[in-house]
Amino acid sequence: MNKLNFLQPDKNNLNTYLYSGVILVALSIFIVFLNSFFNKDIISFLPGSISFFLPLILGFIGLHLIRIDYSGLKFLDTINKNINTNNFNAFLSLLIVFVVIKSLPPLLSWFIIDANIAGDSKDVCTGSGACWTYIKIWFNRFMYGMYPNAEQWRINLSFIALAFLGTIGFFATEKFKKYLTLYYVVVYPVIAFFFIFFFISGGPIFFDFSYGIIAAVISIIIGFFIPSKFKMYYFIIVPITLYILLKYVFFYEELIELGKLEALEWVETGAWGGLSLTFIVSFFCLIFCFPIGLFLSLGRRSDFPIIKYFSIGMIEFWRGVPLITVLFMSSVMFPMFLPEDMFIDKLVRVIIAISLFEAAYVAEVIRGGLQALPRGQYDAAKSLGMGYWKMHILVILPQALKLVIPGIANTFLALVKDTPLIFVVGLLEIVGMLNLAKTNPEWLGFAMEGYVFASVLFFIICYAMSKYSYNLEQKYKTER
Amino acid sequence: MSDKIIQITEMNKWFGDFQVLKNINLEVEKNKKIVVCGPSGSGKSTLIRCINRLEEHQQGSIIVDGNELTEDTKDIEKIRAEVGMVFQQFNLFPHLSILDNCTLAPIWVKKMPKKDAEDLALQHLEKVQIADQANKYPGQLSGGQQQRCAIARALCMEPKIMLFDEPTSALDPEMIKEVLDAMVNLAKAGMTMIVVTHEMGFAKEVADEVIFMDEGMIVERAETKEFFANPKSDRTKLFLSQIL
Repeated sequence: MNKLNFLQPDKNNLNTYLYSGVILVALSIFIVFLNSFFNKDIISFLPGSISFFLPLILGFIGLHLIRIDYSGLKFLDTINKNINTNNFNAFLSLLIVFVVIKSLPPLLSWFIIDANIAGDSKDVCTGSGACWTYIKIWFNRFMYGMYPNAEQWRINLSFIALAFLGTIGFFATEKFKKYLTLYYVVVYPVIAFFFIFFFISGGPIFFDFSYGIIAAVISIIIGFFIPSKFKMYYFIIVPITLYILLKYVFFYEELIELGKLEALEWVETGAWGGLSLTFIVSFFCLIFCFPIGLFLSLGRRSDFPIIKYFSIGMIEFWRGVPLITVLFMSSVMFPMFLPEDMFIDKLVRVIIAISLFEAAYVAEVIRGGLQALPRGQYDAAKSLGMGYWKMHILVILPQALKLVIPGIANTFLALVKDTPLIFVVGLLEIVGMLNLAKTNPEWLGFAMEGYVFASVLFFIICYAMSKYSYNLEQKYKTER
Repeated sequence: MSDKIIQITEMNKWFGDFQVLKNINLEVEKNKKIVVCGPSGSGKSTLIRCINRLEEHQQGSIIVDGNELTEDTKDIEKIRAEVGMVFQQFNLFPHLSILDNCTLAPIWVKKMPKKDAEDLALQHLEKVQIADQANKYPGQLSGGQQQRCAIARALCMEPKIMLFDEPTSALDPEMIKEVLDAMVNLAKAGMTMIVVTHEMGFAKEVADEVIFMDEGMIVERAETKEFFANPKSDRTKLFLSQIL
């Protein structure tokens, strides 16, 4: 039997150290656990400050005793390596465990145990916890804003259709893979635009949309039989001709009336709201701000002074003003500069404003990536006879954009979380709806539940985006 | 048409106030192999970078294959497509596989069908003996393999002239040989080559002429044997005594 030295635990007498250490740590956690979950202080007989610090001291000694290098026990080694490497880390680990144990009961009771979800009026919320009934009742408003209930299927259908069209790329066969970029960069945003602005908003404008769809479908079907040599011209000329024919020659509007088909009810953008508006605004701002930012970043490095200084001016201007003033100006000042009879929808103005604003940030992020590339890449591309655009599209941008994926994701996340600011122009996306709901006289006092709900939603959206960006990073990684 | 494929007359170039190239006169005939040597900072690299206008010259004229290099951009790209260049740092495109590195320019610049471009690329990769690495990425290859790929990439454009800017300076001694072998084979196939290098063994083996540069000037230009046997200027003698 070796001599026990409690200041320097070693591998001999492993069990003695291990048991005493584990007992001490367990005891310390047990004390805190009892205290926080059952409100029982079993060491209250000790003087004030000692009883407060005792669990910490006990746990600290316990961790010290089990800190044995190369003990031969795999589990023990893992613990020691990860949370118990030295006294300071052991102390931090203990502190974190205690804070978690301490904060769990109040959180659990607020979120679940004392919360109410049954019923459909404020009266059921008698407990001291959260009132999820409030979220349940207002759920529809939080999702769709003031959009008429009977028409909400249009939003659902649009989002489902767009989600479907968005994931189609994953199922594309090898033959169509090369068109995917074109599809996602040009075709998909255009389709999305048509869906949102014609289908969701409806009204007389919807006719135009249906002409467009019919023209496109017909021309695509015929397109399969056209020799590829003429396809290019075909797809420019035929859809436009068909569209004009439908609109001015066949009087499709009258056809619809004849068939007793009713056009979709018009819903003004002011009535849109809730989470769906968050999605719409974020989506369009994302797809617009990226290309604008890309061109600004290239423009800033251009050799032509006009382009260069224009880009610098744009970037510095939009970066220099707060978003809230940009939004305010877009809604209040901007219409003053327009001719009397001209009207641009408020939502469109807001989307343009946010896009330009975020584009400035995207531009600087991308410029960082462009500058990180070695000059040799430019030289090599040039020496192979590539011009400016070929060099950038084929060689420079693929590498630069890959480098800045984390930065772009960062900007995009900030953009999504900036969308609630559109309340200043009277558009109520989810946080705006929350503010509206919490001031409803019948439902006063539930701001907390609303904000927690919104936080959870935003967290899910943003976490998904950040995960996706991380996946992209991994996907395009080719070891240097 | 004369068979002078490169004609440089009275060319001067400054970086700011510093004159890097002074009064360069150089004519290169078709199928000639020229080695340019000289101490660092003597303007060798700048000279050959001027030949495909990666650097702009300020005075004098450079005529490549009958086209004068001027501000006219469209022309420049056509000339660059005919002048292959291999760099000291390889400069492969790290986001593309070896095969794609080689097919990128033929497909997009010369509008070659993808299948043909791939066949051509494999043929050239075979010549430099890395056809079996075609689907790897540059980052997975050794320096010598990367440089050979860079040579294949330049060859895929079927250039009339090949410029080599210290192609072996960034390589381990063992890898230098494999790259030089590839270059010797290329030379034997009759390519017009201008090579900036410190590899005097290579110069002796393949070069028709050697140019010695110092302080932005062409100090001496001579047939290879003549150059090594009895150099004329003292500066050349000093350089050779140090390097050999």
